[in-house]
Amino acid sequence: MAQEPVEQSGNSPVIPGGVAKGARNARQFPFWVWLESRTGVGGSIRHFLMEDIPASAGWPQVFGSVALFLVLTQALTGVLLAINYTPSHDEAYRSVAYVMREVTAGKMIRGLHHWGASFMVVCVALHMAQVFLYGAYKKPREVTWIVGVLLLLLTLAFGLTGYLLPWDNRAYWATMVTVRIASQAPWAGPYLVKLAGASEQLGALTLSRFYALHVLILPAATTVLIGFHLYLVRRHGVTPGAEPLGPNTKFYPRQAFRDVLAIFITFSILFATAAFLNVPIERMADPTDTSYVPRPDWYFLFLFQMLKLFRGSLEPIGSIGLPTLAILALFAVPFLDRTRVRRVRQRITAIGILLLATALWGALTAGAIASSPHQEAPAALEGISTQATQFTPEELAGLGWFRREKCADCHNLVSGGPKEGPNLAGADLQKPREWRIVHFNQSNRGAAHGKNGASHLSLAELNALSVLLAKLTAEHGRELDQAPQPLIDGAEVYTAHACGSCHRVNGSGGEIGPSLNGVATRRSKDWILRHFAAPQALSPGSVMPPYHFSKTEEDAIMTYLLSLPQ
Amino acid sequence: MGRMQAGRRTFCEAAIYVLAGLVATALGLPAGFYLFGSPRNEAQSDWVDAGDISNLPAGAPRQITFVRNRVDGWSVRSTKDSAWVVKDAPGDVTVFAPLCTHLGCAYHWDTKAGVFACPCHGSAFSRSGEVLRGPATRPLDQYVTKIEGARLWLGKTKASAES
Repeated sequence: MAQEPVEQSGNSPVIPGGVAKGARNARQFPFWVWLESRTGVGGSIRHFLMEDIPASAGWPQVFGSVALFLVLTQALTGVLLAINYTPSHDEAYRSVAYVMREVTAGKMIRGLHHWGASFMVVCVALHMAQVFLYGAYKKPREVTWIVGVLLLLLTLAFGLTGYLLPWDNRAYWATMVTVRIASQAPWAGPYLVKLAGASEQLGALTLSRFYALHVLILPAATTVLIGFHLYLVRRHGVTPGAEPLGPNTKFYPRQAFRDVLAIFITFSILFATAAFLNVPIERMADPTDTSYVPRPDWYFLFLFQMLKLFRGSLEPIGSIGLPTLAILALFAVPFLDRTRVRRVRQRITAIGILLLATALWGALTAGAIASSPHQEAPAALEGISTQATQFTPEELAGLGWFRREKCADCHNLVSGGPKEGPNLAGADLQKPREWRIVHFNQSNRGAAHGKNGASHLSLAELNALSVLLAKLTAEHGRELDQAPQPLIDGAEVYTAHACGSCHRVNGSGGEIGPSLNGVATRRSKDWILRHFAAPQALSPGSVMPPYHFSKTEEDAIMTYLLSLPQ
Repeated sequence: MGRMQAGRRTFCEAAIYVLAGLVATALGLPAGFYLFGSPRNEAQSDWVDAGDISNLPAGAPRQITFVRNRVDGWSVRSTKDSAWVVKDAPGDVTVFAPLCTHLGCAYHWDTKAGVFACPCHGSAFSRSGEVLRGPATRPLDQYVTKIEGARLWLGKTKASAES
């Protein structure tokens, strides 16, 4: 076979050592010879790896590479999540829950993406802090810094737009606050709100626009800016230290090793976080849930807290004015600092500003965390899927009585083997509520079981069964059928004692008493038990009568109440 | 000194490949499972409730419609489906899938000719589903059936059940 001669391109970099090694490989594998002659990829990679870097470069310079790695990880996990996601307000939540609950390794992939976003913010902040401390933004690297600030803003924009996509209560209400803040922007406010598709409330338009931003516009902008940032880094080189430590060295292998080790350590922590920490997902977004207290992600908590310091007409100063000033100051850093001092120990002002900014951010974030309601999930929540806690108590209790009354002898809830009665989801069940009550109580059901059909179900129980059937759809029923028994037992106690007459849970029930959603974040188990025994002692003026449950009932209702989502 | 530097260089190069390999594996494995693993709860019942057939007259084939619940990723779709039922006596029914076995057109029962006739390419099938006239080469697809009380339940088609 004739071997094509390798043509030395006029633009090919000549790298001592690198070329020799590449040429040796090329001689061994004709395919590489052909590929190299056509693309020059190998030479480009060698050129990239053999970049001259100052001898002073070391561990502080690893953050840029780690940030780039995290961007790639976010892109990979983001694509994987996108193939199981629908950006519509009635399917987004279910698709995310599907990834978490049913897709193999779905929880891990979502964990990597969710926690990866936080790691990104930390890493970009550390990278910028290092550049700031070392004065690496100074002439001729001003534009490199400005592009870096733009990339920081894009990182935050990714966090902001991605926050809405799971379409749970947390996402909905936190984004609502964000949109309201944006609406306060002078001149641009109304246009921003309109662009976000949130003129009246958040809905299908908002979700699809945030999704388009998150997966189309922001990634495209990030790719372009990272490319430009890297080009500028190569053009101007890595900033040398204040004192030359010797002749320049090559990026590969020593600095490359440091970068890869830092990436390995970061990824190991991220992997462990994704494996062992639950990614929060609350109940599906409920625009009518006015009791919900929204919280942004941790890196925006300082802004959230700052709004508390500027009230009334001063609010736009905290929400728009100061953040805009801070961003402008970041852009202006290379032009404000005209000194030539690069030695870190002599950069007292820079160290002072960095410490002050960190302390301010830390204090505001700590203040926000301290003033947040207790969010830690109680032990009762463990092992109970969030999905199962979304149903109304009547539906869960109805399912309990469906199982206990052996309705399943004649009916499938959604699907199953052949039975005498129709499948309850999807069947022609356009019977009036009264008919259903009679059926549960008497003739048909009794006849089917060959007995006289007298029922011992209470009115509340009959009502729950009726609600179960009225709301049953194939989709709904499949999810409901997977609800764990302890939750169903608790809902039965709740329904049998008519708690729903005064309290609201998942949009169902009265409003005389407070909503019980998220009660675990507001009250301890002990407080709730004491409140059952003597409501007026803890809530003076309450009209709630005392309840004395059996131990079994008490365990069941506490498991249920403490599991209720926000 | 030179040997020490060479050793350090070799160590760095080896460490780069090992660490990068570990990270790629730790990312690639979950991604592979995510893409190619079977979702939990994917299995669904083969049986479909086709409704009460106690009032269906014996004799001429009748087309029935019913609702089929299909699990489709994170949603369950209730879709309308149909089948041709040939009832000879209570409890003795034959049920055919509603599409011609030639190219999947919907056929109908030609009362005058007493055959299942496909309007697309002229295939004809007997009341028992046998091919009377081509271009179809195989009989109509027949469902596995079961009758519970008055309700007809349809399983897979016999051809797919055998395969």
